[in-house]
Amino acid sequence: MSSPVIHAHHAPQGFIRRYVFSLDHKVIGIQYYFLALFSVLVGMSLSLLMRYHMIHPDAKVAWFAKLWPTAAQGGIMTPELYLSLMTMHGTIMVFFVLTTAPQSGFGNFFLPLQIGAEDMAFPVLNMLSFWTTFLALAVMVAAFFVQGGPPLAGWTAYPPLSAVPQAGPGEGLGQTLWIVSIAIFCGASLMGAINFIATTIDLRCQGMSLMRMPLTCWTWFVTAILGLLGFAVLLAAGVLLILDRSAGTSFFLPAGLLVSDQILNHKGGSPLLWQHLFWFFGHPEVYIAILPGMGVTSQILATFSRKPVFGYRAMVFAILGIGFLGFMVWGHHMFMSGMSPYSAMAFSVLTMAIGVPSAIKTFNWIGTIWGGRIHFTTAMMFALGFVSLFVTGGLSGIFLGQPALDLYFHDTYFVVGHFHMIMGVAAIFGMFAGTFYWFPKMFGRMLNETLGKIHFYTTFLGVYAIFTPMHFLGIAGNPRRYADFTNFDFLGKLLPVHFFMTQAAYFTAAVQILFFINLVWSLKNGKKAPMNPWNSTTLEWTVPSPPPFDNFAGHHPVVNHGPYEYSVPGAPRDYIMQTDPVDVHAA
Amino acid sequence: MPGSITSDVIKPPAPPRGGGGFGGGGGSDGRGASRRASMTGLFVLLAATTMAFAAFTSAYVVRRGMSNDWIAFPLPRILWVNSAVLMASSVLLEIARRSLKGGRRSEFNRYWTAGTALGVLFLLGQGWAWKELASAGIFVATNPSSSFFYLLTASHGLHILGGLTALVYVDVEALRLKLGPGKRTAVDVSAVFWHFVDGLWIYLMALFLVWG
Repeated sequence: MSSPVIHAHHAPQGFIRRYVFSLDHKVIGIQYYFLALFSVLVGMSLSLLMRYHMIHPDAKVAWFAKLWPTAAQGGIMTPELYLSLMTMHGTIMVFFVLTTAPQSGFGNFFLPLQIGAEDMAFPVLNMLSFWTTFLALAVMVAAFFVQGGPPLAGWTAYPPLSAVPQAGPGEGLGQTLWIVSIAIFCGASLMGAINFIATTIDLRCQGMSLMRMPLTCWTWFVTAILGLLGFAVLLAAGVLLILDRSAGTSFFLPAGLLVSDQILNHKGGSPLLWQHLFWFFGHPEVYIAILPGMGVTSQILATFSRKPVFGYRAMVFAILGIGFLGFMVWGHHMFMSGMSPYSAMAFSVLTMAIGVPSAIKTFNWIGTIWGGRIHFTTAMMFALGFVSLFVTGGLSGIFLGQPALDLYFHDTYFVVGHFHMIMGVAAIFGMFAGTFYWFPKMFGRMLNETLGKIHFYTTFLGVYAIFTPMHFLGIAGNPRRYADFTNFDFLGKLLPVHFFMTQAAYFTAAVQILFFINLVWSLKNGKKAPMNPWNSTTLEWTVPSPPPFDNFAGHHPVVNHGPYEYSVPGAPRDYIMQTDPVDVHAA
Repeated sequence: MPGSITSDVIKPPAPPRGGGGFGGGGGSDGRGASRRASMTGLFVLLAATTMAFAAFTSAYVVRRGMSNDWIAFPLPRILWVNSAVLMASSVLLEIARRSLKGGRRSEFNRYWTAGTALGVLFLLGQGWAWKELASAGIFVATNPSSSFFYLLTASHGLHILGGLTALVYVDVEALRLKLGPGKRTAVDVSAVFWHFVDGLWIYLMALFLVWG
């Protein structure tokens, strides 16, 4: 037998090749992570401006006037400005935070490590995909600085508003930049998806069968498939929208539209066509945001309960089930569009069906921690917080999935509360959990646990304080997307609730400073991280923190065990690494 | 420290892998794209392209079905010639691939170059069809039928352009005698992609004829 080749690779030495146009999946993962961190700061600032405006619609703020001389003349925010802030908040959060950090950030860094590969399958494509995402973000942010400002049409960009340049400020160049940015982002996501899928299928090390993959890898894999199919459709829809805006076609624009006292030339198109295409992407997008969080949560709950994931196989099939069903329920976003009640019924039943895999996951998470020796680390707290938020947000989804109830709830704050709980905050808790769990591996230092715990408890209380009242507001009939509630009698009585939510938003935003302090301080001064600080089982904990350039220093890991062998009876310690010898029980 | 589990977290290297049940890793040392991963990546890309054209198709069918402003126009005749040219180019590429397998390099070069040239010819022919339509006064915004025609031919043309880039790359490498065994993947990937866009074109022709 020929002796195996050990061939370690050295990192490129130049600064640009090493940190800027790097081909290393770990550097690219960190680049994605920081891109998302920048985006979340922008998105959060926008939401604070919106919350401020809702409770002080008439306030004159001097720096508003400086920042937006036309849209906030005299310092008073116009409703159009409010809508443009809302559009950018939603867009930046959905695309550049929720799609970017959990999948492209953590996934890039840890997928090759967890399956025992030296890098992604196509490193150059990987680098291109990051820089294309960066370009998309730059184009999106540019919309703030063009005449008319950012678009008003919301992150869903419904036509006719989004398709008619003269429909309002921001619907000109701002909306064009928006569509171009999203099209670029689609391209970047497709490149990323190709890499994730090929890597998972072809680059697993010896012994890493599909059913030995950590659940994180399963979620990244399924998320990549969702992204692949979803973003391709969004790209197609975006092309049609651009043509309607600039080439005079009528895909989405009906006849007889009167905009700014002018009858438009378009005829025969249907805005509903956009809604179908958009939500065919848009609903899977929800799972793109949440699935990686589910993977991280499973991983962390098992690690810190010192127990195997309860029902690993069922978890895998639940992930696949959610991914599959995610493509068949887009119509539940359109119950109000005048669709046939029979279609609504079908979409409703399929929507309810997603409750089954979701319940399996929740049940198995509880089964995982049940009777475990739980270590309440910050990562564990955030994972538990994820489960809590997922259940809360999921339950309100059951209401919205019923056409009869949705007719009432549609476009109220109930919807805003629902999707912020499940898609926004739950996914972000998944990111926090991942950050606290993997930071030692990524940067070689431990995050501060005390600061982390304070951050967790305050954030947990804060987000419930912001988003729980929204459900009551929705039941009371408070519409969403309104910039000002003071002109309506029945809404005036609800203003104190809005006041409370705004205060809660200030509080929650303020305590995020703790997280940033923790991040920056620990990068330099955190305790040095050992190779496996949490006594975890998966492959990334078999290499130094941070891992060398080519992950396994030229070695080829061999996997002999499943991903979550904790507290195995007869084993010498309470965890068996995936690479431990087969006969570890006998040792 | 034999016997201790903690000491040897980096396991002794595995014997070299032969393409057994698990991932292959790439090449000799695992870095870079392996042949298998390249083929997987290609088919994933084709799945995405299929999705995008499926979306266009559903928009096409819905837009045509729901309104009464759809006016069909006769397809430019040259499209039939173009279709034949494109199919012939696929056939030539396939003959070229067989020649390469049989080790007949100069034959490969000849057929591959001819197939690539026919690809360029197809694109020129598509441009001719556009010119014919434009001179008949049929533009992008004239009617939804023409909007879709221009949209679909342009999207398909972009894929042809991408495919041609790959074909030309392989051709240049071959003519410069740089087509080593390592580049066989590039030959196969670009040929499969080309056959796909060929099939896509036949599908689009059927769509125009049946629903146009």
